[in-house]
Amino acid sequence: MSTDQPPITLYRLQACPYCERVVRKLQEYDLDYQSRFVEPMHSDRNVVKRISGKRSVPAIVDENTGVTMSESGNIVDYLDKTYGGAA
Amino acid sequence: MVDFDVVELEEADHVEVGEQAPDFVRPLVNDEYWQNTSLSELTDDGPVLLVFHPMDGAFPSTYIWNELRDRELGEQLTVVGCSISDPYAHKRFIGERGMDYRLFSDPSAKVAREYGIDHELDGMAGIREPRPAVFLLDEERTVQYAWVASQWPEFPDYDEIESAVESHT
Repeated sequence: MSTDQPPITLYRLQACPYCERVVRKLQEYDLDYQSRFVEPMHSDRNVVKRISGKRSVPAIVDENTGVTMSESGNIVDYLDKTYGGAA
Repeated sequence: MVDFDVVELEEADHVEVGEQAPDFVRPLVNDEYWQNTSLSELTDDGPVLLVFHPMDGAFPSTYIWNELRDRELGEQLTVVGCSISDPYAHKRFIGERGMDYRLFSDPSAKVAREYGIDHELDGMAGIREPRPAVFLLDEERTVQYAWVASQWPEFPDYDEIESAVESHT
């Protein structure tokens, strides 16, 4: 892969509301991210398990901070704390 | 092969050897996920064999990809496909064919149109897709070798592709 990849990768499922919640937050903070879409079948999500330890989406990998995280509530909190306007 | 005339496709005004192939961004599907990717990201890393093929369920796609898989061209350059099938179908197809190659998903056939190789399918109203075509591109996306089907169906000359790959990589 070339070197100009966005630092944040979001593993997501099409039309998953929890994923869209994270997308909204990434857009709110105008963060540069790339989406990797996986399959609805849980058992088909080995790539997510490899990076996060779980097959659940959303999951993000943030190379700015070295953080990998799943579950939308956690991710939204993390994004608020890391990129929130108060800083 | 058969004792009747195979259907001729209308002449294609396609991207030719020596021209720069149009860049595009489409979801690129592997066996695990898909992600928006540009053709130029791939050519930045080295030569690319770009293979346009019919919808994933059509038999020519099976034949073409079985052959390209068995010839292991991926050891010499990046091999990618492009059809109008959606990413879910591509992912299934990659699994079924047991291949390492990735496939671009272009349901609107706009990429095929930009390459001058799209055609309308008789009896499938509203559907256009690329005719089978193979382009060998260098790091600047300059076309080193091009083959575009002129009959329906028609298959690429795999030996010719292999020797083109050998002389340009």
